[in-house]
Amino acid sequence: MNAKKRRQRKTDLTGYLFILPNMLGMILFTLIPMLFSLLISFTDWNFVKGFGNWNYIGFENYLKMWKDEWFLSALCNTVILAFICVPVTIGLALIAAAAIDRFAFGKLPIRLAMFMPYISNVVAVTIVWVMMYSPWGPFTQMVKMMGVKDPPQWLGDYTWALPAIILMMVWSNVGYCVMIYTSAIQGLPRDVYEAAEMDGAGEICKFFRLTVPFLSPTTFFLVITLFINVFQLFAQVQIMTKGGPGTSTNVMVYYIYKSAFNYYNMGYAAAMSWILFAILLVITLIQWKGQKRWVSY
Amino acid sequence: MRNKKTKRLKLLRRILVTAVLAVAGFTMIVPFLWMLSASMKRPIDVMELPIRWIPKDFYPDNYLKVWNIGGKGARNYNFGLAYVNSLKIAVINMTCSVFTSAAAGYAFAKIKFRGRNVIFLLYLATMMIPTQITLIPKFAIFAELGLSGTHWTLILPGLITITGTFLMRQYFTQIPDELRESAYVDGAGEFHIWIRIMLPVAKPCMASLAMVVFLWNWNNYLDALVFLSDWRLYTIPVALTGFIEENTTDYGLIMAASTSALLPVFLVFLAGQKFFVKGLVAGAVKG
Repeated sequence: MNAKKRRQRKTDLTGYLFILPNMLGMILFTLIPMLFSLLISFTDWNFVKGFGNWNYIGFENYLKMWKDEWFLSALCNTVILAFICVPVTIGLALIAAAAIDRFAFGKLPIRLAMFMPYISNVVAVTIVWVMMYSPWGPFTQMVKMMGVKDPPQWLGDYTWALPAIILMMVWSNVGYCVMIYTSAIQGLPRDVYEAAEMDGAGEICKFFRLTVPFLSPTTFFLVITLFINVFQLFAQVQIMTKGGPGTSTNVMVYYIYKSAFNYYNMGYAAAMSWILFAILLVITLIQWKGQKRWVSY
Repeated sequence: MRNKKTKRLKLLRRILVTAVLAVAGFTMIVPFLWMLSASMKRPIDVMELPIRWIPKDFYPDNYLKVWNIGGKGARNYNFGLAYVNSLKIAVINMTCSVFTSAAAGYAFAKIKFRGRNVIFLLYLATMMIPTQITLIPKFAIFAELGLSGTHWTLILPGLITITGTFLMRQYFTQIPDELRESAYVDGAGEFHIWIRIMLPVAKPCMASLAMVVFLWNWNNYLDALVFLSDWRLYTIPVALTGFIEENTTDYGLIMAASTSALLPVFLVFLAGQKFFVKGLVAGAVKG
């Protein structure tokens, strides 16, 4: 009995030693900041006033943001962005991945070409896209070639700035989805496809009746991942448009950043970051609930 | 006869689809090709229309200026230094976080210490927390500790990764217990087992994680933007934006800077793409 207890104590000690470095980092740089962030979200803290110099104001930060025009525009733009960007990216990627796997010669080079944007430094890539959208850049030239006489100043145009950013987001994320889909496709049961072929099913039928349902768990994963990704959009906006023109490309993380590090309204910014988290959590939960309806394992 | 015909039709279809996909793939890399081409042009030639994809001649001054060779660069700007800084931070974080993840992941998977499930649940819960939430407190804490503006602000939080810990745990869970138990019977200690038996088995997973963590750090823009203020300590992303603010009109120069930031990573990626893709896919496939 005693020996058993002693052994358990030894196991405990070894276990704690193994997780100690990791746990220390987790507590210091995730857990404590998290609690601290929650705390200051209930204060009026402005960083300029110095550490600890704050008053508790209850839920005021959480209430006043719903009257803040900038916050509302950021929320609205982020939602539009996500609801266009995610389905388009995933749809394109699914078709591309299935087509590459079924038909293409030289599968690897095509996949790698599509994957390039995803691994690229986001700042460098964004700069290239700023140039792409400039009047003499390839994108504008291509639009002109298609017959548009007077293309807009994409990033400087109130209506076109957000679509321009969406296009770039799709471009940079589609390769990642293709890669994830590809590895899922490679694990699909071949015999089911062969049976379907025997029954005379065409390629399109097989795609919609077999591939799409088989891949639904992967689609589910990608929808959540991309939603979280798009909601955290920052670098592209900060470099391309600074949220402008007007409020047309103002997104949540950019506004949080601006409130915190340009105006030093730490309390308000912290409160908004918790709202961002709440939205992500709700999206994930809704999809978790909803997956039963369309995800088949 | 009919069989031959369908076969030929199928081949034709494959060729057609390949062509369409190749065009799509090519469109994906057009921005990069244009970047490369513009980086080798004189400032006036960049704006030449229609676009001349292959420059008339190679104009090396853009690259010389970016890399500050021959006294051509800007005063307070040094791309080489930014490279060293980025490399330093990424390598330290990659090495440390792979080992901290492997250690904790192993413990969560194989060592039956008390409170294991509760602690692991805590890890899972924090995995959902977006980095923006911890950014403001970290900024305040680092300011309070006097670490603002140093590389510690990027290194300290990067020494561990919660996602990586989770991945390593999943990997170790799949390894059969017998492997560990037989060594245990032979009298080997837990640490010995971990280093001599478990880590070699987990090498592919560690390699994948290493590549992914390297990429995260290499591309980390928001943290570097918030925490760093001295150009001597800038990492590549912030050095790039700083460079652009000073040279807003010299497009060839800007493209040379972007090319310099991207090309080495492409080469590393092409060399290790197998591990890399595995790392990205690892958490995804199980659903």
